[in-house]
Amino acid sequence: MPDLLIELFSEEIPARMQKRASEDLKKLITDGLVEAGLNYAGAAAFATPRRLTLSVEGLTGESKAVREERRGPKVGAPDKAIEGFLRGAGVAREDLEIRDDKKGQVYFAVVEKPGRKAADIVAEVLEKTIRNFPWPKSMRWGEGTLKWVRPLHSILCILCDEAGAEVVPLDIDGIRSSNTTQGHRFMAKDTISVSSFDDYEARLKRAYVVLRADERAEMIWHDATNQAFAAGLEVVEDRGLLAEVAGLVEWPVVLLGRIDDDFLGLPPEVLQTSMKEHQKFFSVRNPKTGRIERFVTVANMETADNGATILAGNQKVLSARLADAKFFWENDLRTVKTMGLEGMGAPLADVTFHNKLGSQADRIKRIEALAREIAPSVGAKPDLAAEAARICKSDLSSEMVYEFPELQGLMGRYYAEAAGHDDGVPEACEEHYSPLGPSDDVPTAPVSVAVALADKIDTLTGFWAIDEKPTGSKDPFALRRAALGVIRLALQNEMRWELIDLIVSHFMSKHEIVADGSEGYGFGGKTDFLVEFWQLLSGTGYGGPESEKELFWLGVSDELTKDLLSFFHDRLKVFLKDKGIRHDIIDACIAMPGNDDLTLLVKRAEALAETLATDDGENLIQGFKRANNILTQAEEKDGVEYSYGADLKYAEEPAEKALFTALDAADAKIAPAMEAEDFSTAMTAMAALRGPIDQFFTDVQVNAESQVVRRNRLNLLSRIRKICLSVADLTNIEGSS
Amino acid sequence: MAEKPRSFQEIILRLQNYWAGRGCAILQPYDMEVGAGTFHPATTLRSLGSKPWAAAYVQPSRRPTDGRYGENPNRLQHYYQYQVIIKPSPPDLQEIYLGSLEAIGIDASMHDIRFVEDDWESPTLGAWGLGWEVWCDGMEVSQFTYFQQVGGHDCKPVSGELTYGLERLAIYILGVDHVMDMPFNDPQSTIPLTYGDVFKQTEQEYARWNFDVADTDVLLQHFKDAEAECQRILSEPADDPKTGLWIIMAHPAYDQCIKASHVFNLLDARGVISVTERQAYIGRVRALAKMCADAFVQTEAGGQAA
Repeated sequence: MPDLLIELFSEEIPARMQKRASEDLKKLITDGLVEAGLNYAGAAAFATPRRLTLSVEGLTGESKAVREERRGPKVGAPDKAIEGFLRGAGVAREDLEIRDDKKGQVYFAVVEKPGRKAADIVAEVLEKTIRNFPWPKSMRWGEGTLKWVRPLHSILCILCDEAGAEVVPLDIDGIRSSNTTQGHRFMAKDTISVSSFDDYEARLKRAYVVLRADERAEMIWHDATNQAFAAGLEVVEDRGLLAEVAGLVEWPVVLLGRIDDDFLGLPPEVLQTSMKEHQKFFSVRNPKTGRIERFVTVANMETADNGATILAGNQKVLSARLADAKFFWENDLRTVKTMGLEGMGAPLADVTFHNKLGSQADRIKRIEALAREIAPSVGAKPDLAAEAARICKSDLSSEMVYEFPELQGLMGRYYAEAAGHDDGVPEACEEHYSPLGPSDDVPTAPVSVAVALADKIDTLTGFWAIDEKPTGSKDPFALRRAALGVIRLALQNEMRWELIDLIVSHFMSKHEIVADGSEGYGFGGKTDFLVEFWQLLSGTGYGGPESEKELFWLGVSDELTKDLLSFFHDRLKVFLKDKGIRHDIIDACIAMPGNDDLTLLVKRAEALAETLATDDGENLIQGFKRANNILTQAEEKDGVEYSYGADLKYAEEPAEKALFTALDAADAKIAPAMEAEDFSTAMTAMAALRGPIDQFFTDVQVNAESQVVRRNRLNLLSRIRKICLSVADLTNIEGSS
Repeated sequence: MAEKPRSFQEIILRLQNYWAGRGCAILQPYDMEVGAGTFHPATTLRSLGSKPWAAAYVQPSRRPTDGRYGENPNRLQHYYQYQVIIKPSPPDLQEIYLGSLEAIGIDASMHDIRFVEDDWESPTLGAWGLGWEVWCDGMEVSQFTYFQQVGGHDCKPVSGELTYGLERLAIYILGVDHVMDMPFNDPQSTIPLTYGDVFKQTEQEYARWNFDVADTDVLLQHFKDAEAECQRILSEPADDPKTGLWIIMAHPAYDQCIKASHVFNLLDARGVISVTERQAYIGRVRALAKMCADAFVQTEAGGQAA
């Protein structure tokens, strides 16, 4: 049972590709070996900047011989059919056997595959793997045609057991396999010969190469936190950066450096971003002040001066970088001081948001109008919300955001503060993009909420108006994320609103939009309503009299709004499903009036889910369904609606009378509770009907001989239906078995 | 280890010597405004076709948006690049390159030299390649690229391209803090000159012109003119009626492409190009670059049998 060791040694592999590549190597090789008839006990793959390594343990020495019989065409079949069979089976015609079959004589091919030595299989699988490796991007070099992520220099491939190691012979476009490799580029010049994986890893370490990425990351984090701690500081954790840096070095050497005092006045986020993006430095924070004061860099070298030269160089580079950041910062502040944030954002008029939805400035105008409208319902002053909306995207024109796009919003906050904005406006600049991810924090400050909602709702209505909805996995404008954002904002802030009205009025909001290429429609390219806009461009515009135009577009808006609302409902279902609320429960609530009030909708769904989780609740559903079925059948049969007039005086059985009493009691509780949107109380009262309803069905025959009694009982069932449906549309609830 | 260089020009001279010693033809700068050494036809055009090629040269380069009025320690709107192009890329190009760092006084045992992923793409040239930026102690000292495609043509064989940002490299080697303080010639000379003596004033002049004064209408016209001339040159039949020779004017056409590209950079610095227009302009320059590349591969230097 030999072990296999493969190392593909190349010029520097991009850090971000190393992990995936080592996994791919493992999968492709082990799959290939298994497919060729070999088994193995275990496999592990590794990567450093210059090598991909695979260790396979306990490989079978050779594949088993295989004998396979294949049934072919009948004797006398057309030549073409026989030739095809020969090709498929890989045998010659004279090798075919003729056997008697029920239907006559038939050709048989007997294919015997002898066992193959592991080395032959390994060579074949490795060559195939190298030639077809799924690099995200690969390249040619020199005069060759071989592709690899960067030039491939050597292939180490050995099979080893107690008796020793043996090179698996392989030659790929002139690169011949061996049992040798190289250590660290600068600290170990000699070629290394290896005899096993353990030997390989140990020799690499002596040659200043740590093979395992997690070990390198661990070394970095350990040294970095220790050094920071010794200086009374702490390293700002960044797992992504740690993984990346571990992929940039074979021998990590951690150095703690200083930031020039000149730059400590920059916003900490700017320091952090600049150091991370450009230099791959970790930020080091003073826990007392929260300020970023130093940095950690990771070198790939041990030097005679213990890294002093390297650190000095890194500090100098950082100073130049931060001088640039400072230049942007000061220029931006100057711009803000002289022309305010609106002035800073003026160039947005020339920046296209979407060619069918106008410029960023057009978009900002729409968001402003919407933010003003939403403001009262979230407790914000309309003027403040409008002010925040007007400037919230101005930082997109700043030099800092041009250089570091990831600082958008945050710079807006700093610049809004610098411009003297107050009362939640700067915060709104930063927070109006939130929430981005499903676990992102949701803004709660009123101005922020108003602008965040306006931003997202404008995006959704806009793309709905131009018919650019998400399809399948395609959602290029992140509309699902926007809808989820609206939902989370509404719920978190317990917003009570009529979303439908808001959306319709936004579709119908009057903004003159001028689009590229719209001149040909005889409207001078200008339209009044957002909803009119794309419809016009797509040739389904309105051609009637001007006085009726608004009405016409209102009709279109209604359709689009319904569609958009159901998109919200779909996202809500996904959102609530993650919280353990079943889709049929949500459907039962969506079917109720006021379903565009998401807070109300969720409250109702939560109460219903809670009720259905109880024994009473679950059984009530059975009772309701039974009542509803009997009633529906009777109504169909009789052609009348039993909806009124159940009278206690025609009740005969005690259970029947008891149900009357119970329904009266439930009514008395449910109606006011529903009025007060106290779904919990209403549903508890509804669930309390379970006992009387069950008893009724046990003791009472609905289809009584007396028509009067029967009619009265049907009308009684109708009361059950009415009460239950007033709480939620229980017909949507799937029956529990 | 050689003695450390003492001036900016000594670093350049040592690179010239080093690459001459490695068999490169030492060319002179191209006599046009370009954004990078790659634009020199010795790289752009010569990386096309099958003929082997090895050249090295200094290229003055202009990036109008990088102007900082001479204030930033290492950002300049006019700077020098040192460019090496070898086709086919030799298998030990990384080692040869590291030798050049040693030649200019970087002792690899004392520094942290790293090859960090940086895929190179020039949308204006319709070119891309894979490689790295080379870091020395966290500073980018060179770009190292294996060309895969130029002007829409696959590079076969592949050229290896090295680009050194000379000022930044020299600042580091010479141990000065600000580019303008860097000795240009030997500080022991009778008339010692710093980089600032040579370029500080021009950085201010050009920064002001680039950002605020350049006449955008004139520039827009220049762009259109260069574009039209490039197309006109290439539409001429190869048969020269005067000499009877077969002459495809790939280089004169390419000059116009370079010109259009630089004018675009100036317009960009003036901030008059919107995001949507930007793509369109880049596309127009790329179309020119592609036409020039198409023309060049029809020529003898482009690998066409004479």
